[in-house]
Amino acid sequence: MTLTSQVLHLARRSVLRTLRQPANWITPLIFPLALMAVNSGGLDAATSLPGFPTDSFISFFLAFPFIQGALFATVNAGVDLARDIQTGFLNRLALTPMQSAALLVGHLGGVIAMGFLQALWYLTVGLAIGVRIEAGVLGAVVIFVLAVMIVLAFGSFGALAALRTGSTEAVHSLFPVFFVFLFISSMNLPRNLIETEWFQIAASLNPVSYLIEAIRSLVIEGWNGEALALGFGVCIGLTIVGLTLSSLSLRGRLART
Amino acid sequence: MDRAIEVRGLVREFKGGIRAVAGIDLDVATGEIYGFLGPNGAGKSTTVHMLTTLLPPTAGRARVGGHDIVKEGAAVRRTIGAALQEAALDPLLTGREHLKLQLALHGIPRSERDGRTDALLERVGLRLAADRKIGGYSGGMKRRLDLALALAHRPRILFLDEPTTGLDPQSRSALWDEVVRLKRDEGVTVFLTTQYLEEADVLADRVGIIDHGRLVAEGTPAALKAEIGRPTVEAVPTEDTEPGRVEEVFGRFGELQPSTAGVAVRLDGKGDLADIVRALDSASVRVEALHLHAPTLDDVFLAKTGRSLEGSEEPSEPGPE
Repeated sequence: MTLTSQVLHLARRSVLRTLRQPANWITPLIFPLALMAVNSGGLDAATSLPGFPTDSFISFFLAFPFIQGALFATVNAGVDLARDIQTGFLNRLALTPMQSAALLVGHLGGVIAMGFLQALWYLTVGLAIGVRIEAGVLGAVVIFVLAVMIVLAFGSFGALAALRTGSTEAVHSLFPVFFVFLFISSMNLPRNLIETEWFQIAASLNPVSYLIEAIRSLVIEGWNGEALALGFGVCIGLTIVGLTLSSLSLRGRLART
Repeated sequence: MDRAIEVRGLVREFKGGIRAVAGIDLDVATGEIYGFLGPNGAGKSTTVHMLTTLLPPTAGRARVGGHDIVKEGAAVRRTIGAALQEAALDPLLTGREHLKLQLALHGIPRSERDGRTDALLERVGLRLAADRKIGGYSGGMKRRLDLALALAHRPRILFLDEPTTGLDPQSRSALWDEVVRLKRDEGVTVFLTTQYLEEADVLADRVGIIDHGRLVAEGTPAALKAEIGRPTVEAVPTEDTEPGRVEEVFGRFGELQPSTAGVAVRLDGKGDLADIVRALDSASVRVEALHLHAPTLDDVFLAKTGRSLEGSEEPSEPGPE
């Protein structure tokens, strides 16, 4: 059986598992948009700040659900993998001729499928409530692609946490940590308008800022090469680091001869 | 002997220098049911994990199905099926989905998967529950599905790690029947770990007893029991009978043994139960009850380790168990 075929079977299982746990897909679809609605209502006055890049806070904030949704997908996927370790299902798979890479890629395949669904939903809702994508239809496609890539990047870290700890509780406990990264970013304000110095420095050091800004640039600016290069660059970098470390952890976890 | 499993000096150490398996040698013949008996933590599951290639040994070597477990792991996995200690199932998948995934990962052609899935479900009595999620299965149903998954690719060697732990008597009996059928009809070699004496006694052609990571005894159940001694007769005297009079009669037939219920003697060949009954009768010694205790595998364990297997538990297997 080819690696591709193994990946497809394991990805199918991953998708089935997600679909059969409604909390795993309803929460990422609803909660980020609810938070966007609340924040946009409360922070709309920020658009009157000198230098704020748009007069629509909801357009400014549309990037947020993509990132928060990716966090949900990541943690849920990590928990699923950790559960496979805890229940011994990983050993069952290890006893088949399955290639180790198929497990990781198949698992992430399910995460990516969830990313597709989420990105489509956030874009649809955004357009339905009147957000205009300044970069046009192609820009929307790029947002979609980047959003799915972000899910893959974050998913690789969820898998890493699961493989390193083998504990669903440990993976769950990462959610607040990821959330801190989200809040200490340019999520609510452009970095140049953040007046608190330490916060501005932290937001500039935080890779999540560049992911948000890449999506945001397509929504409110049009085509901003620098923002896109940074966003895609950070995303690809995170993916490489996450997948490399996950693969190494998988090798240790699947100690089969 | 045509060997399905050959183990020499197998060792597994965990962090802190704990030796879960401390040098095991054993052979299992093709088509044999080998019972691997020992208390919790004795090293049974660690041994199974090594033999099924899930855990590399620290030292020693082993061949399973003619393949080296370290150098030819993939070939070993193609040869074996395994149902490990916990029925490792996904509660969100159905029985049918489990089997289809297992068959696909084993490379069984798509055209054969449906038929093979139905046949396996029928065989383990899960046809009616095939499309229900595992979360709703009973412990016995999970174990049966676990067995079906282990048999999916028609392995020549089957590892069953405490397959009946926690099962009700009916499910246990059904699983025993299936194990016997596998050996009888398909010639499958079965390596069965258990902490149940009765299970090893009923199923196994030969038994290996493991304690503290070492094999302390090996042979057929009958030979092992014969090796450690003769039957014991135990009498409960009536209220008006002086126990000393029973001891006096019993003393003619062998060495007296400690007994909580009355008086016991291990027969030394000078007579059997009938002779004892006749001697008690002729001495006008009345007893309430008379029991003949044939040696059990627990007696074997006791003789070899100084402890009883029943209730015995070792805390020193930090790995798989």
